Amino acid sequence: MSGSGNVQMIKAGGLSIEVERRGAGRPLLLLASEEQLERGASFVDDLAKKFEVIMPSPPGFGTSERPDWMGNPDDLSYIMLDVIDVLGLKDVTVVGFSLGGWIAAEMAVKNTTKISKLVLVDAYGVKVGGPYDRDIMDIWTDHPSKVVTAKWANPENGKRDFSTMNDDQLTVVARNMESFARFCWSPYMHNPNLRQRLHRVNVPTLFIWGEKDGITAPSYGEAYSKLVPGAKFVKIANAGHYPHLEATDAFMSALNGFIN
Amino acid sequence: MRAWHFTEMPYPNLPPLESLSTMRVSLPNKLFDPKIGADLYNRYLDEYMIADDLGLDLLCNEHHQTATCIDVCAPLTAAILARQTSKGQICILGNPIANRGDPIRIAEEMAMIDCISRGRLEVGFVRGVPYEIFAANSNPTETVERLWEGIDLVTKAWSPVDEPFNFEGKFTHRRAINLWPRPYQTPHPAIWITGSSDLENIKRAAARGFVFATFLQPHTKVKWMFDGYRSAYQDTGLPGGGGTAYMPLVYTADTEEEAEKGARELTWYLNAKTEPQYRNPPGYVPVDFNVNALKGTFTGRTDAMRAKTMEFLKEEGVMVYGTPDSVAKQLKRLYDLVGGFDHLLMMQQAGWLDHARTVKSMSLFAKEVFPQIKDLPRTKPLNTKAAAE
Repeated sequence: MSGSGNVQMIKAGGLSIEVERRGAGRPLLLLASEEQLERGASFVDDLAKKFEVIMPSPPGFGTSERPDWMGNPDDLSYIMLDVIDVLGLKDVTVVGFSLGGWIAAEMAVKNTTKISKLVLVDAYGVKVGGPYDRDIMDIWTDHPSKVVTAKWANPENGKRDFSTMNDDQLTVVARNMESFARFCWSPYMHNPNLRQRLHRVNVPTLFIWGEKDGITAPSYGEAYSKLVPGAKFVKIANAGHYPHLEATDAFMSALNGFIN
Repeated sequence: MRAWHFTEMPYPNLPPLESLSTMRVSLPNKLFDPKIGADLYNRYLDEYMIADDLGLDLLCNEHHQTATCIDVCAPLTAAILARQTSKGQICILGNPIANRGDPIRIAEEMAMIDCISRGRLEVGFVRGVPYEIFAANSNPTETVERLWEGIDLVTKAWSPVDEPFNFEGKFTHRRAINLWPRPYQTPHPAIWITGSSDLENIKRAAARGFVFATFLQPHTKVKWMFDGYRSAYQDTGLPGGGGTAYMPLVYTADTEEEAEKGARELTWYLNAKTEPQYRNPPGYVPVDFNVNALKGTFTGRTDAMRAKTMEFLKEEGVMVYGTPDSVAKQLKRLYDLVGGFDHLLMMQQAGWLDHARTVKSMSLFAKEVFPQIKDLPRTKPLNTKAAAE
């Protein structure tokens, strides 16, 4: 699960939080997707050549503590802001994937004094349509085979071999699945109030979206991006919900053009 | 020993089951014919009334968005039975308090039914099976907490008060709680709870003096749960009440062949199909169960049962069927194997089992089996210290 970085437990907001750090340079806070596949991905090592990549696991993910009172990504975002303070970070580039993107957006509407740039990749977080519109595919109600096809441009890319994992690694997989549901079950994958708060985001923001994302479609991403003042929106070809994993080169070139 | 008649009120009139991917949650409701539904509701209620005449107690439950159970509101069934029957106890097993989300409304409904029935109501509470999460849209990671907050609030609300009280819990916020009516039985009706593998839940039920009920499990597992209940009961040293309840599929007939045919109809319930995502929503079971699921070693109870033969299920006590003497013998064996129990909950109808054959089986049971097991003694708390040695 975890990659090559230095992994430690820190106290943030009174909670025990797992933080992995790789490389040296300006700080880049990487908020992983709900599955934390980023922690084993090579593009993070590339980022670590120019940045210090800091990957905190929000409460309930990785080995981070999850107190009972926490109920949604709005709660999680306060702890992630606490992590920035505890580590004494400044001028931070925040990059969030999927659920991590939602948490990043929740952070940016609260306080950007330590944040210099924001990147949201196939993020959840807002509702753009009406009550009967399915903005975000219902991944918990649809058949798993349908969800895999929607998530990946090439479903083969989504295969994970659990048989090679030990119990500690499987425990993290199971905790991540559970915490994802804990925080995002209802309202489904969005905070009804976030939309009204996004005007407060006052740092340069880039939305990167997989062109073939069937979970959160590009049209959703584009509508989301229009809620953030001055935000740019780019699509990545031949990629689903995780463009950084399926079309890494195109993703990195879009990212590097913005953060360097 | 008390004996309870139970049907889930199935709607079996479906296209060939092989053509369906699921009978629950997402089976399109255009397949429900209201005229057939009307006949079925009235037929199942008639069977409860016959059970009452036969001296059986009456057990009902509810599920949602499923052809396996079209009773979507157990309080409605219980209210009808409260008015239309006169002898049997009526038990709702149970109120899905975590999914309904309004404990005070449930408390009111139960109090009213208890009054109409003049104190024949017993009130169960359930967390709700995994697929219920979807119809109710409950967060699967918090239904245990909701269940217990709800039960404790209902219990308090039922009790006579000198003045109204406010409640500001995690899930429920209410002001000036003051139940009109309060239950016929003071302080309140007997409370039941269900469970399968969570020992903490079982101990909590025992500590509060609730009846603990479990369904369709191998007898070794039932014994393990009932021992857990009986030990906790001893440990906490609470006064009377409580007890244990077990539900097998039951079919009684004049001949073994007929009994086997009837019992085979009941397996319709065990074979009901559900798509995989509805069977284990994330967070419904603890993390270590899901670690086993990822390893492929945890598939869920019903799946495990489905693969077994009827002979095996009979051996395990999951199915009880045969001539009256054979059924009595099987039940006495089961009673001994699980360390005794207090309530026999009988699923005597499922699937296509028709009215005539259902009534035949119920009648034979009531007249020829029940007298043979009625006086089995109530089970006693276990001495944990002795049990541990």
